[in-house]
Amino acid sequence: MTVLTPKTVDELDRILAESPDHTILSGGTDLMVEVNLHGRRPKAIVSLRSVDELHAWTAEDEQVTIGAAVPYATMESGELATLLPALAEAARTVGSPQIRAAGTLGGNLGTCSPAGDGLPVLSALEATIHVRGNGKSRDVRFADFMVGVKRNALLPGEFVHSVSIPRIDGWQGYAKVGTRNAMVIANASTCLVRDRSKGQVRVALGAVGPTILRCPDAESWLEANADLRSSTPPSDDTRSEFARLVSLASRPIDDHRSTAEYRRHAVGVLARRLLERSYQ
Amino acid sequence: MSTPSGIGSENYSLTVNGRTHDVKDSWIGESLLYVLRERLGLPGAKGACEQGECGSCTVIVDGSAVCSCLVLAASVVDTSIVTVEGLGEGGQLSDVQQAFLDCGGVQCGFCTPGFIVAVHHLLESVPDPDDHQIREALSGNICRCTGYGRILEAVQQVAVARRSK
Amino acid sequence: MNTTSTIAPPRPGTLGTDASRPDGVAKVQGGFAFSSDMWAENMLWGATLRSPHPYARIVSIDTTAAWKIAGVEAIITAEDVPGQATYGLIMQDQPVFARVGDTVRYTGEPVAAVAADHPETCKRALAAIRVEYEVLQPVLDPEHCIDGTAPRIHPEGNVLRHQRIISGDADITGDVVVEGVYEVGMQDQAFLGLEAALALPDPGGTGVELYIATQWLHEDRKQIAACLGLPEEKVRLVLGGVGGAFGAREDISLQVHTCLLALRTSRPVRIAYGREESFYGHVHRHPAKIWMRHHADRTGRLVKVESRMVFDGGAYCSTSPAVLINAITHTQGPYKCDNAVVEGWALRTNNPPCGAMRGFGVVQACFAHESQMDKLASACGVDPVQVRLLNAMQTGDRLITGQIVDSVAPVAECIRETAAIPLPPDMESDPNVLDLPGGSGRTADRHHIKRGIGWGVSIKNLMYSEGFDDYSTARCRIDDGVVTLKFATAEVGQGFVMLAQQIARTVLGVDEVLLDTIDTQVGSAGSSSASRQTWMSGGAVDAACRAVRDELLGIVASENGLDPARLTIDGTDIVEVGGSFRRAVVEAARGKRLDETREYHHQPTEDLDENGQGNCHVAFAFVAHRAVVDVDTELGLVKVVQVATAQDVGRVLNPKSCVGQVEGGIAQGLGLAVMEEIIVKDGRVRNPSFTDYLLPTFLDAPQVDVVFVEEFEPKSPLGAKGVGEPPCISVTPAIANAIRQATGRDLPRVPVRPSDICL
Repeated sequence: MTVLTPKTVDELDRILAESPDHTILSGGTDLMVEVNLHGRRPKAIVSLRSVDELHAWTAEDEQVTIGAAVPYATMESGELATLLPALAEAARTVGSPQIRAAGTLGGNLGTCSPAGDGLPVLSALEATIHVRGNGKSRDVRFADFMVGVKRNALLPGEFVHSVSIPRIDGWQGYAKVGTRNAMVIANASTCLVRDRSKGQVRVALGAVGPTILRCPDAESWLEANADLRSSTPPSDDTRSEFARLVSLASRPIDDHRSTAEYRRHAVGVLARRLLERSYQ
Repeated sequence: MSTPSGIGSENYSLTVNGRTHDVKDSWIGESLLYVLRERLGLPGAKGACEQGECGSCTVIVDGSAVCSCLVLAASVVDTSIVTVEGLGEGGQLSDVQQAFLDCGGVQCGFCTPGFIVAVHHLLESVPDPDDHQIREALSGNICRCTGYGRILEAVQQVAVARRSK
Repeated sequence: MNTTSTIAPPRPGTLGTDASRPDGVAKVQGGFAFSSDMWAENMLWGATLRSPHPYARIVSIDTTAAWKIAGVEAIITAEDVPGQATYGLIMQDQPVFARVGDTVRYTGEPVAAVAADHPETCKRALAAIRVEYEVLQPVLDPEHCIDGTAPRIHPEGNVLRHQRIISGDADITGDVVVEGVYEVGMQDQAFLGLEAALALPDPGGTGVELYIATQWLHEDRKQIAACLGLPEEKVRLVLGGVGGAFGAREDISLQVHTCLLALRTSRPVRIAYGREESFYGHVHRHPAKIWMRHHADRTGRLVKVESRMVFDGGAYCSTSPAVLINAITHTQGPYKCDNAVVEGWALRTNNPPCGAMRGFGVVQACFAHESQMDKLASACGVDPVQVRLLNAMQTGDRLITGQIVDSVAPVAECIRETAAIPLPPDMESDPNVLDLPGGSGRTADRHHIKRGIGWGVSIKNLMYSEGFDDYSTARCRIDDGVVTLKFATAEVGQGFVMLAQQIARTVLGVDEVLLDTIDTQVGSAGSSSASRQTWMSGGAVDAACRAVRDELLGIVASENGLDPARLTIDGTDIVEVGGSFRRAVVEAARGKRLDETREYHHQPTEDLDENGQGNCHVAFAFVAHRAVVDVDTELGLVKVVQVATAQDVGRVLNPKSCVGQVEGGIAQGLGLAVMEEIIVKDGRVRNPSFTDYLLPTFLDAPQVDVVFVEEFEPKSPLGAKGVGEPPCISVTPAIANAIRQATGRDLPRVPVRPSDICL
């Protein structure tokens, strides 16, 4: 039988170390599209279905750690949503309810599409990816994990174990643009985090570059020109300039879904609106 | 069922609607949708996109409503699978099925099994959904014929009837 | 004079009631057999190899490597077509397979087909067939087919149809002139029930039985038989369950291929398309570019309408000539207008082939004329409703083709009834995010939203035109008290099977009505399209049932010494008017066998002359739409909040069914307005999937408020007009007009994209 179902992380590690060409099956929402439509012919499958450890999440004082096989439906509501509201907002926009019941953060990271809905949140909250494989573990910052369009930093035999997302004292939010009101692939998406105690803002953009993009110029400009600790929103002009700088940080393309011009415009609008929302 | 010559032979068992089914000599890449329809004599779930964008193939796996076109069949051994054929008791229509008929929620019927399963699942998780919840819970089920109005009415009708029991 | 009368409600299941669908239980249980559910012992799977180029010469086809794959049982190409090499609804210009030495003319054109033991084996076999192409420069701009700069891409030429309409005074002008160039993108029918067929060869290959989801069994059979080189009686078609049609099944897609593979292998063969293949495998709605100019007096009363319409028909003819005629003959919309100069072209290019889609050319014309009417209102300083009421057509008015509209024509009433439907409340101060444009994407807050209201009104012809006798046939039998109907009318979801039973129950006074298999063992029913089946097949069923009823009454009369002229059906009894005789119909029919088949024909129509004059249409239906739309003006995202509509239906035969047609049609029109387009670049489809060809979801569907204007149509056998197409026609410009009102943007093109609104 060429579908293997390990019960523990160690078992999974051993299987992949021995046979790195085995295909990992998490929620199946990306892999099965490859099989159904793009001629992918897996020879051997390693299913994560029974590795309980990967389906769990924990909350500590400083961070929330989510197993690679936790489905998006779990992040959408309940306790996890209260802990990580931006992730919950992103999770709610992933595909459809049926997709959310199966799709996982681990899968989003494995596929590493710039349009992956959870990824801007991981970027803006500066998550750490816990990688296992070949008998070892290592931690990779999100910024170092996604290296290109559908390319991640995993080495042969490695897999995503879990993701740790820092808890912040402040506000976090996510917004995503598509051409209808449900079930869309992002034309542009933005996650904004306003860390009140540190007086910092972090903005991450999806679907407007080969990877998730941060906006360091916009972030440092806003930190220098607005009091991000206060509860008074910055002026109209400040917000507009911030939006302009966010747009400048984007590197969108034209494709059949949208144009570079629209995407560049959209992320600026989203960033401004999220900033406004962070003061409400 | 036909055997793919030279493609390989997966053998496993699936539990569908409470019964065990043996799958023999199958190709590893077969989706649960394909196996249900072409091997297990359960053609209720329909395929309209093969990529999880229409919901016509919705089934329940271990209590979750998922697109069976995106489930690798051989990976759901040891799970409990429910299809539209497993709803309703002893050949009788469930209240959801009856409501779809009463409200004019069925035209060509291709999306119907997926909707019936999704609605059953919704009402089990949220017994008294408001209109927003209904629409969002069913936003992954596409209908090209009805424009959704009669389907909304059917779900509302069932929710009200169950509440008053 | 006072009259009091008690009108008993119609008996359950008869005309005018919410009868239940005979196929409903099977559909909700998942047991209804769509053509893709059909299976046979010893069955093989078939699949089609398609051209990756929009225009190329086939140099060679090498199947050697494919034959080496275990499980492959047949590979066929153009050489294996025993009969006519081409097919088509109007022109037989479309090859079953493109031939070596000839060209493929669109991306996706079939080149070969295989049969094998598993769909995965088929995929591998297709990948192993080597086709050598000499890529040619495709013709992509239909204008080049008009100005003559495009080379001929088919022996039949690049002009599929060219027609002018000159009516009244061509030189007259008006004090107010408004014009615009409007574009409609390529919409797809996107039915959910993907193409599928099962062919069962007769022993010896002398014939074949085909289970097929289609719109017109007999027309399919005619073309299939010709290509197979078999007499029509040897090609038996049975309707497999149809998962929606909307025009995409009028043309042949996989029928001939499936039959050929079955005859070649002497085994049952099923071909079933995936979604991507489906986008390549059927015709689409014509993309169109329409210039229109309206002349009016200062009050807004129309003086003249001018138009130039260019329809891109793509690679093969399909029904392009008829679509074009529909478009240009509806240029004036549902309005009085004495003068017109119109020119229309349907052209052949190397773009995807286009043909029938719900609305059939009138969608494009209506988008243009309703956009114009708003411009006219604005130019005259008049309300958009007022300008439409001012010009509203009535029975007895003339189309620009010279044809008198003798149908019931309650245009003004449709507009007034629509206007009377209450507007939705203003958006709440703290709305649910799902009510905002962008939905759960959380792109907007309430203060980013502007609301607009827009109108659209349309006229749509019913049945086929220009001399086409699209009759229908039905057979009614009573066997020992049991009524059975047989017809070839394709049930595609619209509910004809339900309506047929309602007719029989009403006419014959029985409750139980059985339905025989829908196949070619009875006369043609014509196509399930053109909003025609209620009228035509309803008419045929009605005629056959009346014939049986009259015969039964005659027999009962003679058996009981009564005057047949005094017998009638009352409820479920035969009664003597003014007498005492009463017997249950079912009782009276016991031991008897009655069997009548009837054809129903509509009035004949005419061709158009070179000035586009002629009585080319049969009848017309009218509808008004008012759309309320919320717009995020900075991001260009849209939420249609409400569509109010009053539709001229003649008579409501099944209320829930009528509402279903309206809501479903509105969803399709909404799709064309804001999200649906097949994007073609360099002759290639860029978005052949549901990820990127977006259909409206539950969260996109607006609240729909419907009023039915029931003015009995005396020309129709049941008093009812077709309901299917009008809902999807004027809703599109209504939504566009609403977005225009909210944003001030010109928006000459649908689908409206976010960047059109905000950049």
